[in-house]
Amino acid sequence: MNRGTIRPRLPATSIDPKAAVALTVNGEKVSAEVSVRMLLSDFLRHELGLTGTHVGCEHGVCGACTVMIDGVSARSCLTFAVQASGAEVRTIESVAAEDGGLHPLQEAFRDCHALQCGYCTPGMIMNILSNLESDRPMDLSEEGIRDMLSGNLCRCTGYQNIVAAVRQAADAMAAR
Amino acid sequence: MSTRAFGARVQRNIDPQLLRGEGSFVDDIPLAGALHVAFVRSPFARARINAIDISAAAAHPGVAAVYTCDTIGELDREMPLLIPHPSMKDARTQRPLARGDAYYVGQTVAMVVAVDRYTAEDAAALVDVDYDPLDVEIELEKAILDEAPLVHETHPNNVAAHFVQVSGHPDKAIAGAEHVTRVKVRVDRSTAAPMECRAVAATFDRVTGELTVWDGTQAPISVRGGLASILKLDEDKVRVIAPHVGGGFGQKVLLFYPDELLVPYAAMQLGRPVKYIEDRRENFVGSSQERTQIHTIELYAKKTGEVVALRDSFLHDTGAFIPYGIAIAQVASTSIAGPYRIPNIWVEFTAVYTPTVPITPYRGCGRPQACFAIERAMDQLADELGLDRFEIRRRNLIADAEFPVLRDGLLFADGLAVSLDSGQYGKALEMLAERLDVDNFAAEQEKARREGKHLGLGMAFYVEGTGLGPYEGGHIKIHPITGKVYVNTGLTSQGQGHDTVFAQIVADQLGVKVEDVILVEGDTKAFDWGVATFASRAAVVSGNAIHKSALIVRQKTLTAAANMLEADIGDIELRDGAAWVKGTDRAVPLAAIATATNPLRYAFNEAAKAATQFAPASRHDGPALAEGQHPGLEATDYYSPACATWAYGVHGAILEVDPELCSVKVKRYVCIHDCGNMINPMIVEGQVMGGIAQGIGGAMYERIEFDSDGNLVNANFVDFLVPYATEVPQVEILHLETPSPLNPLGVKGVGEAGCIPVGAVIASGVEDALRPFGAGRFHQVPLTPSMIHAALAAA
Repeated sequence: MNRGTIRPRLPATSIDPKAAVALTVNGEKVSAEVSVRMLLSDFLRHELGLTGTHVGCEHGVCGACTVMIDGVSARSCLTFAVQASGAEVRTIESVAAEDGGLHPLQEAFRDCHALQCGYCTPGMIMNILSNLESDRPMDLSEEGIRDMLSGNLCRCTGYQNIVAAVRQAADAMAAR
Repeated sequence: MSTRAFGARVQRNIDPQLLRGEGSFVDDIPLAGALHVAFVRSPFARARINAIDISAAAAHPGVAAVYTCDTIGELDREMPLLIPHPSMKDARTQRPLARGDAYYVGQTVAMVVAVDRYTAEDAAALVDVDYDPLDVEIELEKAILDEAPLVHETHPNNVAAHFVQVSGHPDKAIAGAEHVTRVKVRVDRSTAAPMECRAVAATFDRVTGELTVWDGTQAPISVRGGLASILKLDEDKVRVIAPHVGGGFGQKVLLFYPDELLVPYAAMQLGRPVKYIEDRRENFVGSSQERTQIHTIELYAKKTGEVVALRDSFLHDTGAFIPYGIAIAQVASTSIAGPYRIPNIWVEFTAVYTPTVPITPYRGCGRPQACFAIERAMDQLADELGLDRFEIRRRNLIADAEFPVLRDGLLFADGLAVSLDSGQYGKALEMLAERLDVDNFAAEQEKARREGKHLGLGMAFYVEGTGLGPYEGGHIKIHPITGKVYVNTGLTSQGQGHDTVFAQIVADQLGVKVEDVILVEGDTKAFDWGVATFASRAAVVSGNAIHKSALIVRQKTLTAAANMLEADIGDIELRDGAAWVKGTDRAVPLAAIATATNPLRYAFNEAAKAATQFAPASRHDGPALAEGQHPGLEATDYYSPACATWAYGVHGAILEVDPELCSVKVKRYVCIHDCGNMINPMIVEGQVMGGIAQGIGGAMYERIEFDSDGNLVNANFVDFLVPYATEVPQVEILHLETPSPLNPLGVKGVGEAGCIPVGAVIASGVEDALRPFGAGRFHQVPLTPSMIHAALAAA
């Protein structure tokens, strides 16, 4: 578009019906009017600016969009924002310390070279963290860890180093 | 720095940012008021388009614009043929939006731009396209028959290219051969499936006239060049940034995908930022794929097993278009003799159009297919001559003293000679044999069989031409304020850890910490000389360019420090971010040297005072910068390889096949690997393991399936089986480090290595396990339970 041309008049919003949502995200209360069909992943990423949650398939298979809803790992690409109203949502942005210091699980990922492109990593971390933080006993055998990871696709690492990172993190967290 | 960074298992600089969720992938870049794109895609593999009615879509609330081929101005053209080659006549490439004809299911026909993606998809469904579907032939071997429907009227028998390459004197050698082994093998189509699909965002600043494009591409400089020429903009007004990119594996090296042109165009037309974030289904039906080849290979041997000649003829499926030229088929044909001496080679291919998603390189790029052909043939030759699979290879592997081995007459995909530069092939094979305890395996296998378990040993050798030209550059500057070292190169990362390995190279030369070396790549405003990330070339080509630049900066730093410290240059050492007079505590920090070598007028900080015009250190006769002298500590240099450097390795596995379930379990997987000097073994192993995981996918799970009408029926992660942690085995990696004699760092590439031999390993192992059943040979991957079932049923 040249400088002299008059800007075209473009629409600003859709005509989607809206609904009010109020939820807690990473300990902070948020409320908004959102399209009733807006996915939780889009809400987190584009309404709240928490772009650490990634979207890999939008059909609930790859696990990149995993967040915690009321302490349980969940696919934010298969959840509508309105469904999360009233819930407590945790995303990857809540995992490191305020000063940026890495959580033992994040440290373990770095130590073990358990990430390459880093796109699946936030979903992996949230899934693993929900297991590490749960009261249920964890099976930390090779097979048990791989089973825990079997809802998250990674295309870069071949998983071996992620398995090692889970083991290291579990040890570190048990020692605390 | 007392320890050398090169060769150390250094943690990655980029990790904390990615781990905290602070990455900057294309869809993370905040663009106020951005509009979103959805495409209308052809539902037919081949069709005439009679009319496109956009009226309902354009009137849909929230829609900003709907584009068809009639409303995209200069973009309505066939997109560039990236790598021209004389073997192709009238090579066909795609238009951004279909005009008149559609050539595959998923081809872009119209583009809707709306306030959000939801609305854009609604409106896309309202675009009414009147198609007349045409007959199609999807199967590669039938597509070349006379009666097959044509993808392009211009190309009889759907032949896109035909090419023959010859090395040595195959006819003469064949006449003297005592045995011939003939094998027909097939590798099926797969896809890169990066976790981040492709993405493009653009904004046009009409005040400055600058177009900024964020593109998850492996080739931002070329994208900029194409955009500037097609949109008729000054190059300097177009900035292309490949920010963090969530995996590429070759799929993102193709340019242009339709969206890469259309999104910037729409941003310019509409005066608002525009985004296209590809979804997973679109990645399946709209972004390039690779692999389908059918090879008929013949090995001509002496009774001793020594192969004297090789003939290979193969079909290569190129999909509906051939924008990347014959690169994949050319890599396959020049890699066909693998690690073997075989002095006489005749190799021919026919690239065939099929009305399917276009084919461009996916990690491996023809190498897995060539490896599958030669390795399956070698196994069969061994059987036919009554030799062990290791022994047939021992008798044919190139010996250490024979390097370099020029395959005269073959030209690699960069147009340069195929010359295997160095290696210890024999040693690698023995390491594998020892690690797998091959001598005792037959007894173990026999024992297991008595217990009703069917173990098999699979193995395959591979070579990988890496570090292709033409060139890359490296720019290094020591920042005068912080003393940190800034490094730029023209290619870009999709997770390989460039920021760390390049930092390791620089850290050693300049005596700084790895984390104090800051790499900025993939941004045409930072550095715009270079090519792209492909063919396992970044460490070799950019790595050596950066190394050469670092040597220049090192020399400048030593010279300046010697002056400042009034010492002999030979007595200066660089360590801990400073220049020291050896054996003393006299030192000057790099920041101070960088400042002092930059004559200043203004004392903007304490260090700067020393460089201002009346400071004692600045007092000299003549101009502040002598003729030919440059300010600061900075250099740019380039590396251009004379030919590719050849990495290699050998993989072996112990498998268990369950003849009831027809399932395959990988019990052990061993990789012996040599990519020359390793800059960071941790990262090398990560590349190898990731490659093997993709190889496991290609060997057993991942197959793009078209029905006979050309619909891609498994275009999702439920039906297209990317392996999870539960499918990928633990891998044991052993390294060899045979330096490449071709470049100063002695490095070879590693990106694609892991995936190359896995299909051949699995097929070899399954065949071995099922030998007692008389199940025959396995010559196709992915090797599925259905194939095992069919083989057992036929036995």
